[in-house]
Amino acid sequence: MADAERGGGVGTLTKKDFTSDQEVRWCPGCGDYAILSAVQGFMPELGIEPHKTVFVSGIGCSGRFTYYMDTYGMHGIHGRAPALATGIAVANPELSVWVVTGDGDGLSIGGNHLIHALRRNVNIKILLFNNQIYGLTKGQYSPTSEEGKVTKSTPFGSVDHPFNPIALALGAEATFVARTIDNDRKHLTDVLRAAAAHEGAAFVEIYQNCNVFNDGAFDVLREKQEGVHNQIRLEDDQPVIFDNGARCVAVGENGRPVVANVEDTDPERIITFDAQGRPSLAFALAHLSRGPTEPTCIGIFRDVERPVYGQAVRDQLQRARERLGEGDMAKLLSSGDTWTVS
Amino acid sequence: MTKTVEQRERVVVRFAGDSGDGMQLTGDRFTSATAVLGNDLATLPDFPAEIRAPAGTMHGVSAFQIQFASTDITTPGDHADVLVAMNPAALRADLDKVTSGGTLIVNEDAFTQRNLEKVGYSGDPTTDGSLDGFQVYRVPMTSLTLRALEELGVGKKEADRAKNMFALGLLSWMYGRPQETTIDWLERKFTTQTLIYDANVAAFKAGYNFGETTELFATSFRVDAAPAAPGTYRNIAGSTAMAWGLIAASQRSSLPMFYASYPITPASELLHELSRHKNFGVITIQAEDEIAAANIALGAAFAGHLGVTGTSGPGMDLKAETLGLAVIMELPLVIVDVQRAGPSTGMPTKTEQADLLLAMFGRHGESPMPILAPCSPADCFHIAFEATRIAVRYRTPVIVLSDTFLSNSSEPWLVPDASALPAIDPAFATANGNGFEPYARDDRLARPWAVPGTPGLVHRIGGLEREDVTGDISYEAENHERMTHIRRDKVAGIAADIPELEVDDPDGDGELLVLGWGSSLGTIRAAVGRVRGTGRKVASAHLRYLNPFPHNTEEVLRRYPKVLIPEMNLGQLAMLVRSRFLVDARSFPKVQGLPIFTEELERAIGEVLDG
Repeated sequence: MADAERGGGVGTLTKKDFTSDQEVRWCPGCGDYAILSAVQGFMPELGIEPHKTVFVSGIGCSGRFTYYMDTYGMHGIHGRAPALATGIAVANPELSVWVVTGDGDGLSIGGNHLIHALRRNVNIKILLFNNQIYGLTKGQYSPTSEEGKVTKSTPFGSVDHPFNPIALALGAEATFVARTIDNDRKHLTDVLRAAAAHEGAAFVEIYQNCNVFNDGAFDVLREKQEGVHNQIRLEDDQPVIFDNGARCVAVGENGRPVVANVEDTDPERIITFDAQGRPSLAFALAHLSRGPTEPTCIGIFRDVERPVYGQAVRDQLQRARERLGEGDMAKLLSSGDTWTVS
Repeated sequence: MTKTVEQRERVVVRFAGDSGDGMQLTGDRFTSATAVLGNDLATLPDFPAEIRAPAGTMHGVSAFQIQFASTDITTPGDHADVLVAMNPAALRADLDKVTSGGTLIVNEDAFTQRNLEKVGYSGDPTTDGSLDGFQVYRVPMTSLTLRALEELGVGKKEADRAKNMFALGLLSWMYGRPQETTIDWLERKFTTQTLIYDANVAAFKAGYNFGETTELFATSFRVDAAPAAPGTYRNIAGSTAMAWGLIAASQRSSLPMFYASYPITPASELLHELSRHKNFGVITIQAEDEIAAANIALGAAFAGHLGVTGTSGPGMDLKAETLGLAVIMELPLVIVDVQRAGPSTGMPTKTEQADLLLAMFGRHGESPMPILAPCSPADCFHIAFEATRIAVRYRTPVIVLSDTFLSNSSEPWLVPDASALPAIDPAFATANGNGFEPYARDDRLARPWAVPGTPGLVHRIGGLEREDVTGDISYEAENHERMTHIRRDKVAGIAADIPELEVDDPDGDGELLVLGWGSSLGTIRAAVGRVRGTGRKVASAHLRYLNPFPHNTEEVLRRYPKVLIPEMNLGQLAMLVRSRFLVDARSFPKVQGLPIFTEELERAIGEVLDG
């Protein structure tokens, strides 16, 4: 609550200004620490003061995020953060509104609100911490857990097919869709920067390690050595080449993208990425891997412009005022058929 | 021929036809003309859930009932004096709603062999003597309408659709309703569609003139204006009054209104009405579901708007968890529940008052919320305004319990002076240089409303238990108990800030108190009035505040040897009253999806008095 004592202007904002006095209580070694630190470190760069920033979260380990940011915050009930944030963002377009959610909160109990916030293009930035497990409830499988996953609630292995969060967001007509990794601070910050700059709803999936209940789920991408080989970093208008230039994503024989060796591939067949084009390419790239256990795309899958919901809502109010005049209660009460008793 | 005019004190007319026959519109227009004449009135639309059930079937019958009088009346009437039946299905479905010896005006053209068989009539009841107890008028409304429109060049289908205007014209003549009100309305409605305007006016006039000129009807009736306080009046339906009350509260509080709702019968009317008034700065969002609607409104409330969500029973179930969140966040929020017959999908177009205990207790944990209930269509305006005042003053979600009957029915209303409505002070928190304490409290136990964007007040709220004063998360045992008590005491303390329970007991010595709530006020007044007419001493009181009760409630209850509580549920208010005050209140429950009728309550009062 130290905001009142701070006198500094926007230019002097630091990470400290966004760090609350609450003790952080995730499990030691949790990927959430890295994300929190990256977000707190990145926020000053936006030049938006803490009191004009709102973090909204739901239930799950990610839900606690709100308490650790020294901004306005609303820690709601399970899955509903995008709806709360919609109310806030539409009511006050001056605010920078961020939603922090998880794979259970955002894709299971709150899936409906997530897809509708995305299709409406509400001006909110949604960070979905995907650890492919229910952590807060101590280790049940989640809607992003792989088939066969053995957990407390699936001792014989999960028979559920998982969501592909990127494909889901693209299918929901999201205007900004990205994926990044908790421990890659530079990549994470670059993606946050682009999400913040995007006007409208931004969906950012963050692969996040749960070292207690699902340790190592993303090692193939997360570990320094392996990551170099398996992260396919999408860059707008660039050919999709990874693994130190050794491998690429090319158009396969059936027209689908495939991972190939650069030296065996006709350069004409190497896919050039385009985040503004038709969503079908992004969708195909989202499905390139069956999960984070093999070469997987990260970065910005889609970044297009579409009218922002809150603005459209306000434009309509303005048009109504122009057409009908400013609302007049006395006039409304006596509109239509009335009669007078004297 | 000379026609006689007879005077009547009160009349009940019921229009009934196929869902596609335009009976609701006919009723609405008859109501407007009646209102303009200065009669007191009460209406009851009664329509099926099916938008267009198969034509000519019983479950496709849509009806509209109105009682109008030269004296004060409070209900749409138990039974109709006149039934206008546009087809055999309407006659069959509604005959039992007509008073014995009443008048039946049927559209003769629709009484074909096929239509009669469709609803199980073996012969034509209008000619075979089975309706001898009634006065039956067979009027070929369809063919007369077609003939009246012949010259206009309207298609046969359009001409056929104008027959409801013929019926309206006929009834307008019969009860001396002014023609201008209807014709002016048609002119406004069909400004750009001259042909349709001409057709409707022609059909309306044909009906009016048919009454005046044919020998079929020898008598018309006059119902004089009811005495009323001076001022400007209008007729208003509950759903409109509710919407306008919310808009008025938004205006008087300078809080932009933010209404989020999911379509549901019968609460959609509120969404429709509010959506029309965006020039008042009213934001309306049709959310993806009921839960989203509540959360969007709550988010808007956090951001400093007047957050409102509306729904009916099934939606209340879904919103319960969010209402608990609003309770612990202590933010202003208004929730309108237009009750309908349940459980589950129940009977969506039928009325009931069975959500009272849901509103009281339908959330996990100790989760108290103020509950208000309007007692008449026009009272929806005042209750919406009052709910907002309480929500804002006490930083709490407030439930308004309306119902299908209130929402759909209408009554004349002395239009209030908009500028005389009290101001509502949002009293937003501002920084004072000291540290901000989001759960510090004022003299009414209300906490500060600190809106994002305000410098110096950055804080976090949430569903986890808060520490008293600081608002930090707390699992501390005694703090939880203290906060639970504070939340209870805050809501209970509202009793000091609301009007006392008024008792209607002319001599102050009633043998029985009839205690009601919500839409049954009219019936209770009428029934109590009738019982008093027989020389018995009966008092009545009506609760508009269900939580907390007005502070004198217990005192009022103890004043009377007997207490009877009529409600459209199995005794929910009775249960509250009995458990709260240890008063042996008896219940008069009715759950038929219909309002309580005056005569059945009159009987019940008699039985309790004699018992």
